[in-house]
Amino acid sequence: MSDNGTFTPVIVGFLCNWCSYRAADLAGTSRMGYPATLRDIRIMCTGRLDPTFVLRALQKGADGVLIMGCHPGQCHYQEGNYKAIRRFALLRRTLRQLGIADERVQLHWASAAEGVRFAQTVARVTEQIRQLGPLDWAHNWPNEDPYAVEEAVHE
Amino acid sequence: MSNQKPKLALYWASSCGGCEIAVLGLHEKILNVAEAFDIVFWPCVMDFKYADVEAMEDGEIDVCLFNGAIRNDENAHMAHLLRQKSKVLVAFGACSYGGSMPGLANFSDREAMFQWIYADSPSTINPDGIVPQKRTDVPEGELRLPGFWNTVKTLAQVVPVDYFLPGCPPEASSIEIAVNAIVSGELPPPGSVIGPDVTVCDECPRKKSEKKIKRFYRPQEIIPDPDICLLEQGLFCAGIATRSGCGAKCPQVGFGCRGCYGPNEGVLDHGAKILTGIASVIDAMTAEEAEAIFDTLPDPAGYFYRFHLPDSLLRRKARGNGKRQPVSETGQRGPA
Repeated sequence: MSDNGTFTPVIVGFLCNWCSYRAADLAGTSRMGYPATLRDIRIMCTGRLDPTFVLRALQKGADGVLIMGCHPGQCHYQEGNYKAIRRFALLRRTLRQLGIADERVQLHWASAAEGVRFAQTVARVTEQIRQLGPLDWAHNWPNEDPYAVEEAVHE
Repeated sequence: MSNQKPKLALYWASSCGGCEIAVLGLHEKILNVAEAFDIVFWPCVMDFKYADVEAMEDGEIDVCLFNGAIRNDENAHMAHLLRQKSKVLVAFGACSYGGSMPGLANFSDREAMFQWIYADSPSTINPDGIVPQKRTDVPEGELRLPGFWNTVKTLAQVVPVDYFLPGCPPEASSIEIAVNAIVSGELPPPGSVIGPDVTVCDECPRKKSEKKIKRFYRPQEIIPDPDICLLEQGLFCAGIATRSGCGAKCPQVGFGCRGCYGPNEGVLDHGAKILTGIASVIDAMTAEEAEAIFDTLPDPAGYFYRFHLPDSLLRRKARGNGKRQPVSETGQRGPA
């Protein structure tokens, strides 16, 4: 929450090293404005994105996750982003069953030359997640154990 | 009975009783257990009362094999009690380790379950809308029932656990490894899962080559080739991301692994690893092709989290469809 009471989402961004992370750099060096909601994490390729990363981000308090990589056909490793497409399709179905709206976890493309596209994507995704409100995943499991002295640590 | 023998307790919380049968499945080796241990608490097979355990000294039980998930106040009470009274607490079987079948209730919640079970299900006639209460006053006094939780937990989410023995139920060979380790005192570091750290694929004799499938089949839809990897034939199999120790019994008889032995070492989320494996075997180059293929795999979350939903990173479905809900009656929040 920001000071004036409007909700500012926390979005974890997984950006591929070769395209989208450079698009973010371009947006920055070009002084493009976009919401400061994205916490970028650089990965070598969207094909490296283990769904565990997404689940971990949501569990730890992120309101959404934005995965960005090279356009299909332009992957630095030939087909890493095709692997991401397949994995993402199945991840989204799984998240739906866990009650997580599609808008919260999205996959988009931006080449190294597309700083504008990157900034617009972050702005659009931020607004969609802002509309949904906080996810606050931990509130889903309040402590129900009347015998608990303290919560057992379980990672 | 000699007082020198270590004391053994077995308990079932939210479980089906299959783990108890698995212990008896040791056959004549159960006599070795009876010879090596003094069984002080085993409600499934002998008449013990909870008060017998409460009367024990702290740490009096040497080993407690605890099966079943934690879904209500009674399960939690026994988990805390047996932790206090036991030197070594073993989460025995998939339910106490990962939540397993009882844990699938985390795709729902208490309100929805009570609504179905006590009102909407076709065989129910309950015009007065009577649902179980924790306390009920009757002329004879007060009656109590254990509180029913919204979220099923694993044993380790309630009390510290020394060892985990996976399986639904644990195979006799796995139990034997654990019993021998305890009897000989050659135990792995606390917190370990007892058993080998390989995947079911490692033990599965089916022939494996490149996997590129165009659709999934449900088990009743095809008769699989007896020698080729089931996943290559379009049958869901979690063996790619599931710990072995079972001898790959299910895939050998033509039924894909369902993941009961849980994740391998270092895996935070069993379902995510199965998901990754399954997503990598389809023959699709566009999102549309991938979606069409996944249309043939109903209930993916149910497949991926069949045995480890409470133990997963997200633990349960969002309550209230992901919209923020008032915090429950206890007013407390769980750990992040």
